[in-house]
Amino acid sequence: MSAAPIELPRWADTALVPLVSVAAALAVSGLVVIGIGESPLEATALLLRGALGSAEGIGFTLYYTTNFIFTGLAVAVAFHAGLFNIGGEGQATIAGIFAALACLWLAPLPGLLLVPLAILAAAAGGALYGFIPGWLQATRGSHVVITTIMFNFLAATLTVYLLVEVIGKPGSMQPETPEFAAHAVLTPMHKLLAPLGITLPSTPLNSAFLLALAALVAVWALIFRSRLGYAIRTVGANPRAAAYAGISPARITMVAMAISGALAGGLAVNEVMGVQHRLLLDFTAGYGFVGIAVALMGRGHPVGVALAALLFGVLYQGGAELSFDKPSITRDMVVVIGGVIILFAGALDGLFRRAVAALLRPGRAA
Amino acid sequence: MTIPAIALTGISKRFGPVQANRDVSLSVAPGSIHGIVGENGAGKSTLMSILYGFYEADAGEIAVGGQACRIRTPADAIALGIGMVHQHFMLVETLSVVENVVLGAEGGAWLSGGVKRARAELARLSEQFGLAIDPDAIVGDLSVGLQQRVEILKALYRGAQILILDEPTAVLTPPEADQLFALLRALREQGKTVILITHKLREIMAITDRVSVMRRGEMVAHLATPETSPPEIAEAMVGRRVLLRVEKEARPRGAKVLEAVGLDMVDARGVALLSGIDLTLHAGEIVGIAGVAGNGQSELLEVLAGLARPSRGVIRLNGQVLTSADRNPSRLRKLGLMHVPEDRLRTGLVTAFPAAENAILGYQDDPVLGPGPFLSPATIAARARDTFAAYDVRPPDPGLKTAKFSGGNQQKIVLAREIERAPRVLLVGQPTRGVDIGAIESIHRRLIGLRDSGVAILLVSVELEEVMALSDRILAMCGGRITGERLAGEADERDLGLLMAGVTEQAA
Repeated sequence: MSAAPIELPRWADTALVPLVSVAAALAVSGLVVIGIGESPLEATALLLRGALGSAEGIGFTLYYTTNFIFTGLAVAVAFHAGLFNIGGEGQATIAGIFAALACLWLAPLPGLLLVPLAILAAAAGGALYGFIPGWLQATRGSHVVITTIMFNFLAATLTVYLLVEVIGKPGSMQPETPEFAAHAVLTPMHKLLAPLGITLPSTPLNSAFLLALAALVAVWALIFRSRLGYAIRTVGANPRAAAYAGISPARITMVAMAISGALAGGLAVNEVMGVQHRLLLDFTAGYGFVGIAVALMGRGHPVGVALAALLFGVLYQGGAELSFDKPSITRDMVVVIGGVIILFAGALDGLFRRAVAALLRPGRAA
Repeated sequence: MTIPAIALTGISKRFGPVQANRDVSLSVAPGSIHGIVGENGAGKSTLMSILYGFYEADAGEIAVGGQACRIRTPADAIALGIGMVHQHFMLVETLSVVENVVLGAEGGAWLSGGVKRARAELARLSEQFGLAIDPDAIVGDLSVGLQQRVEILKALYRGAQILILDEPTAVLTPPEADQLFALLRALREQGKTVILITHKLREIMAITDRVSVMRRGEMVAHLATPETSPPEIAEAMVGRRVLLRVEKEARPRGAKVLEAVGLDMVDARGVALLSGIDLTLHAGEIVGIAGVAGNGQSELLEVLAGLARPSRGVIRLNGQVLTSADRNPSRLRKLGLMHVPEDRLRTGLVTAFPAAENAILGYQDDPVLGPGPFLSPATIAARARDTFAAYDVRPPDPGLKTAKFSGGNQQKIVLAREIERAPRVLLVGQPTRGVDIGAIESIHRRLIGLRDSGVAILLVSVELEEVMALSDRILAMCGGRITGERLAGEADERDLGLLMAGVTEQAA
């Protein structure tokens, strides 16, 4: 025991500490904005208006949120098993390939059959690509942090090869597949809600958002209500006790990585089947990495992941609008904020826990 | 009266709903050995953690050598001349003795100067206190007793005048404990002050000058050791009279339940951990394994519990040979073989979980706990509440994090979990390690009750007294072999001690 663990009330642990981390990250980002020579208050106002000030802005925000829910949940599930899955990008990439192949090859099937099959294919692809590092760690002791990073590069390279040499659009110089058939893609939200009399502007937001919400509930039930989730949490918290309880840590490592990969595959469902309607290079665009920040901030709990994903959705959409209005603030600002949040919520977590604990301790001798 | 080395006045500390220390006062005379006893969860460790700067008290004052002071970090405590030897050593096993001693007190960016000073100082300390130790030995190669010496040297090197030892004999063999006591007496001769936290009354009587007794976070008695007696201390600890002996009636044993024939186990380096173990366990008997820690008892338990694989040998449960598919913990539980592991914190519990979730560890696949692939939190909590009430787990709160329970209550959670499922065979490792007297009594009564109801119990304990008190038959182990067998009536401590040291009948 080098330092006593800092015990906090539940509400402070789950809500206050992350909020303080985000506030600190935003404050640091504000300093950067001042350094650029802009007003942080004005920038914040522009960012919030861009993200939440219009139906179109909200649509874009929720579209980004969808990506972050999937990648955040992916990291969170692995986290509960004591695994740090940095391979969300690669798993989503392979999921994208599987989904694209399903959409292209199974095109003769009716949409009601084709779309679920393609979603399952995406999940299977992500699961397979998460399972392999899990299997390597379980049987060979190769650490998933290392292997999943390497697998990200393998997946990207494989996509280039496939798009250029195998499934690329004939006669096109773009490394991308032909566009999927109209019945093979997810319904945009504005079309989905039109029959209900709700008119929305056209945004990339599509029915994958509903799938993401379902995934939040499913992951909550899996981790906190199911026998498998109990086994996953036991392995994550104490592998020796897991072995004593008859739970195989090796098996759970593989299963948790597969589930994690399948969830990362949701990113491909949203991007490939919901927005781009074809497979193209680098569609993962770093969302997989942001998922790490989302899971850290959300404390691995689906409710926290949902809130953190929404925050990053706001930052992404608002940041895009902001850089449009203020060319001196580029979209990289959002990357900076994300990085600072990872720093505060992950690496410097103890800093704020100590301060919050001191604040909450009532009537102590000065 | 002389100025006390340590004076604590009105110390209070609360962790959430738990009042760990309530208005505790303590005065320790310089140059004395002062014992602090109390049941687990009585607040001894919290009090010492406050004194050593791990926690800050909510209220109260600390004075060291008559000076009021604030101790906010261990560094403050070290600066005031307070040293602490933890129950679990804080050593880097891959470094040498002298490197461990300078660790954190290197005295500059370059190692050589600090190491040179430390070497000279170590030589001086070794001579002064009769602490023979090779400064260049790798700590991981040393015996537990010697590692503890390194911890003490570390504290002395940092100028400790006051030494706190937390359950120092829990990991020692009896001869090692005697050596430790000789050392503590030598320290006292040189004017050092020693605070000894323990729950073993024998040690209090053997070595301390004064003893302070804690119960439920409060100081209940300060006694001069020569004027008190073990029953008086025990009564102060528990708040009622305690039976220090286990009462059990002789009973005829039943049918053969568990049988192991020719068990061998070899580790990765080819060292034999178990050789030729033959063992039979009958219904309604307690078989005790006596042995100094590290002589194969742990491995034997793990093999029988399905946690480790023997390299040779056959195990029969209820007459059936266990196949390799049977030899996993969940299958064995279904066959009625339950296991209370030696190390409840590392193996038997997930301390980060609420208590209720630990009450199902190992039984997470039981269909009564929820529909299909799901677990029902309400069912789990209700069952935990019932068992906690039946086993007097305190506090009886299934939602409380397991780490917040005292050692005795954690052990009760484990025991309740395994006993409640009606075992036919119960493997029990160190059932009362780090457990307070009141809980020891109830755990012993539970085990005797189980045996009376026909359960076959294999008991592994490093406490020879416990093995002798509970067992119907005693097997002595040494170097991975069974070196002898005695019936409870005919065993005496000296005879068993020889067997545990490997002096077998043939050799004697």
